[in-house]
Amino acid sequence: MLRADGLGALDIERFWWILFGISAAVFAIVLGLMMVALARRHRPVPADEAAGKHPEDEPAWGGSFILFSGVVVPAIILAGTFGLTLHEMNVLSSPGHHAAMTITVTGHDWWWEARYPGGAITANEIHIPTGEVVRVRLLTADVIHSFWVPQLQTKTDMIPGRTNETWLETGQPGRYRGQCAQFCGLQHAHMIFYVVADPPDTFATWLAGQAQPAPPPTGALATAGEQIFTTQTCAGCHAIRGTSAAARIGPDLTHIASRQTIGAGVLDNTAGNLAAWITDPQHAKPGADMPPTDLTPDQVQALVAYLQTLN
Amino acid sequence: MATVHDATSSSSPSLEEMWGEPQGLGSWLSTVDHKRIGMKYLVTAMVFLVAGGVESLIMRAQLAQPNLHLISPEVYNQLFTMHGVTMMFLFATPVLSGFGNYLVPLMIGARDMAFPRLNAFGYWVFLASGIFLYSAFLTGHVPDAGWFNYVPLSGPRFAPGINIDFYALGLIFVAISTTAGAINFIVTILKMRAPGMSINRIPIFVWGELAMSFSIVFALPTLTVACVLLELERKFGFHFFDAGHGGDPLLWQHLFWIFGHPEVYIIILPALGMVSALIPTFTGRRMVGYIWIVIAEMATALIGFGVWTHHMFTTGLPQVAISFVALSSFFIAIPSGVQIFAWIATLIAGRPRLKTPMLFVLGFLLVFVIGGLSGVMFAAVPFDQQVHDSYFVIAHFHYVMVGGLLFPLFGALYYWLPKMTGRMMGEGLGKWSFWTMFAGFNVCFFPMHVMGILGQPRRTYTYQAGLGWTGPNLISTIGAFLLGLGIALTFWNWVWSRWHGAPAGNDPWGGDTLEWATTSPPPEYNFETIPTVASLEPTWDQPNLRDGAQPPEAGGRPLLGGHLTLSTSLLDGTPRAVVFMPHATLAPVIASLGLLVGFWGVVFGAWLLAGVGATVFAGGMIDWFWPRHQTQET
Repeated sequence: MLRADGLGALDIERFWWILFGISAAVFAIVLGLMMVALARRHRPVPADEAAGKHPEDEPAWGGSFILFSGVVVPAIILAGTFGLTLHEMNVLSSPGHHAAMTITVTGHDWWWEARYPGGAITANEIHIPTGEVVRVRLLTADVIHSFWVPQLQTKTDMIPGRTNETWLETGQPGRYRGQCAQFCGLQHAHMIFYVVADPPDTFATWLAGQAQPAPPPTGALATAGEQIFTTQTCAGCHAIRGTSAAARIGPDLTHIASRQTIGAGVLDNTAGNLAAWITDPQHAKPGADMPPTDLTPDQVQALVAYLQTLN
Repeated sequence: MATVHDATSSSSPSLEEMWGEPQGLGSWLSTVDHKRIGMKYLVTAMVFLVAGGVESLIMRAQLAQPNLHLISPEVYNQLFTMHGVTMMFLFATPVLSGFGNYLVPLMIGARDMAFPRLNAFGYWVFLASGIFLYSAFLTGHVPDAGWFNYVPLSGPRFAPGINIDFYALGLIFVAISTTAGAINFIVTILKMRAPGMSINRIPIFVWGELAMSFSIVFALPTLTVACVLLELERKFGFHFFDAGHGGDPLLWQHLFWIFGHPEVYIIILPALGMVSALIPTFTGRRMVGYIWIVIAEMATALIGFGVWTHHMFTTGLPQVAISFVALSSFFIAIPSGVQIFAWIATLIAGRPRLKTPMLFVLGFLLVFVIGGLSGVMFAAVPFDQQVHDSYFVIAHFHYVMVGGLLFPLFGALYYWLPKMTGRMMGEGLGKWSFWTMFAGFNVCFFPMHVMGILGQPRRTYTYQAGLGWTGPNLISTIGAFLLGLGIALTFWNWVWSRWHGAPAGNDPWGGDTLEWATTSPPPEYNFETIPTVASLEPTWDQPNLRDGAQPPEAGGRPLLGGHLTLSTSLLDGTPRAVVFMPHATLAPVIASLGLLVGFWGVVFGAWLLAGVGATVFAGGMIDWFWPRHQTQET
C-alpha cells in the first residue's frame, strides 16, 4: 500500500497519512502528559499527606480537564474524521459506475478465474488496460474469498450467493500482486494472482489473442502432449478451448504459456516447474485439489512441450 | 435464596467453625469459597495462557523466514484457531472471572458470592470445557477454521470431519460457565454490598466486573445460537448458512460479531477497572472523575453492541448501513478517551510511585492508546477495507488485548497476589519482567502494522520472499520470544514468592478499597464483622476497619447466628436481609463431569455415552437441589 499505483489505493494512502498524523499527535500528547505526571512526582509533599492523609477534594481543574480533553476535543476530531470517511467512501465508490469494461473474477480453492468480454478466460492473472476504470464482478465457487490487490484497490469479499463488485484503475503499466485476504482453508497462503496493466492497445491485442482457441500443435512431441492431455486425467478437470478438453473444475489452460506463474502464484512458469507441478502438485502446494499424476517422465516431457506451445 | 430475619444471636459457634472448610487436596473439589474458586480460575486460566502462548510461539517460529516448513499448513491452521479460542474463551474471560471472584466479595464487604455453588459450578464447567476443547488434540480433530469460524469453510461440505464440532460444542459448553459466572456477579454486586456502600461508593473495578457481566448476559446468547445453528447444519442437515439452499453465510458473520465485538469490551472493561483500582493506590490520590469513569464504562458496554458490522466492511453491505456503523465505531472511542484522561488527571494530581504494578499500568497506557488509535482507523471505512484481514489487524487487536488486558492483569497480579497468598512478589524480578514484556511486546507487534500496510494477509502459514515482509516478520518472531520470556519471569516470581516472598501484611501498598482492611490471606469469612462503609475509599478514610473487624459500635456486624452474610438494597446499600449461605458440596463438580462426558458423547456421535453424561449431570443436579433442612441453600 505504501507503494500504491492505482487510483483507489493512492486515495487510501493519502487518507492513511492523515489518520497517521492525527494518531501520532494524540499519542504524543498522551505521552507528554504522562511525562509531566512523572516529572511532577518529585515535588515536595505537604505535611498532612506525609502524615498519611489523602487529599479530600478533586483538583478544581479535574472535571473540565476530562470534559475538554476526553470529550470535546475527541468529538471534534472524530466528527471531522467521520466526515472525511464519508467523503472517501463516496470517492471510492464513484468510479465503478463509469467502468469501460467488466471482468468477472471467481474465487476457487485455491486459485482465481477471470472471464473477459469476448470469451477470453485466464487463471491467476488478470489483465487490465491502463488509464481505464475496469469493473470487477466477484463470485466464489466454494467458500468465502477476498479479492485484494493492495497496490491498486481495497479488498472486497467473494461470498456464496452474492455478487460483489469492485473496480481497478491504474495509469502505470506493470504487474501488481494480489492475494486472497479471507482465510479459505489449507492453501489460503498460496492463493495469489497478478494484475497485469498494459497500455490500451497492447491490452486489446492481448485480449483478442486470449479469446482465440488454442492452435493445433505442431511437431511430434507437442502432438503427443496434446494426446496425453485429452486422453489422460488432465482433461477431467481442465479445459483447452479448441480441443476436446472442456472441464471447468481446474483453471482454463488455453493460453497457459502466456502466463507468468503456475499454481496460483506459487511457481514461475518454466518448463522445469511445469514438469514438477504436473508430477506432484502436492509438493509445492500441499492440499491443492490437483492430484499427483502417474505419467512417465517421457509423457510429462511431451505434455510440457505441448503446454508451452499454448501462447 | 431463602432469607431469615433476625438471625444474629450471641450464643453461637465461632466464625471459624461456621465458615471453615475442610483442608487438603479433596476439599479443592468441593469448596464453595469464592477465594479458593477464584484462585482455581486464576491458575487454570494461566495454564491456558501458557498453552495459547506456546501455540503462538510455534506460529511465530514458522513465520520467522519465508517458505519455512517447520509445521504443515494443517497444523498451522489448527494452531491459530486454538490460539484465538484459547486466549478469548479459556484465558481472558476466565482470568477476569478469577480476579473478580476473588476480589469482588472482598471489595464490597461480603462473605461470599451470592450463589457459591453456582460459582463452583461455573469454575468446573470452565475447566471441563477447556479439557473438552483440548481433547481435540488427542483425537487429532483440532478446530481449524479460525476463532471466528466463518461458514461455509466451517460447514459440513468443506469441513466434513468433527474438528469444527469440537469448536461449536466447546463454545456452547464454555458459555454455560461464563453465563453462570456473569449472573452471579450481577446479583452479588447489586445485592450483597456492605451496608453504606451506596451505588456511588462501588469501587471502579467492581463496576468493570458488572459491565462485563451485563455484556456477557446479552452478548453470549447470540454466539450460542450461532453454534447451535451450525451444529444443526453440520449434524442434521439444516441449511441456515448454505447459500445453495436459501441460507446465507453472512448470517453467521452477523451472529458471531454481535457477540464478538462486545466480547472485546467484556475483556477490556474489567481490565480497565483494574487500572482504575491501581492508580489511586500508587498515586496516593483519589481517582479524579470517578463518575466520569463509571459512566464511560457503562457507555462503552452499551455502544459496544452497535459496532459489530465494522468487522464486515468488506462484505459488500450497503454504504448507508456501513456509514452508521462507522459513526458508532468512531464515537465508542470517546468513553475510552474519558477514562484515559481521568487516569492522566489522577497521575498529574498525585505522585506516581513506580512500583512494579504501576509500571504495568503506565506500560498499559502507552500500548492501549496506540491500540485505540489504530482501532479508530478501522472505523474509517475505506482504510478498513484496505487493511482488513491483514497483519495490521493483528497488530491492532494485540495492542488492545495485550495492552488492554495482559498488562493490567500482570499489574493486578503483582498488586493483589500478596493479598491472596500473604507474600509479596519480588520487586526486582517484577521490574525485569515488566521491561522484558514491554520490549518484547512492542518488538513483536509493532512491525505487524508495517507488514499489514505492505499487504501481508493474516492466517497464512507461510509467505513468499522478496515482498518486503521478511525483515519485519523476523523481528516480530524475536519479539514474541522476548515477550514469552517476560511472562515466564512473572510466573517464576509467583512460584518464588510462594516460599520466599516477604510477608505482606494487611495492606502492603496503601490501598483504598475494603480488601486491604482484612488480613492477607483473608479468613474464610473475609471480615470478622461485616463493615459499614462511609466512603468510596473506606480503607483510607475509616481507621476503624483495621484487620477486617470493625467494632459493632462503629457499625460492624458480626453475624454469628450461622453461615450468614448480609443482603442490602440496590441503590443506597441499606441492610435488607440476612442470607444463609450454602456449604461445600461435590454436586457442582459431579454435574460438570457429567456435562463433559455428555459433550464427548455428542461430538463423537456416541449417543449412549451422551446419555451416561446426561444421567451423571442429572444426578449432580438432584443432589445439588435435594431439600435437606431449613437452611440448606442452593
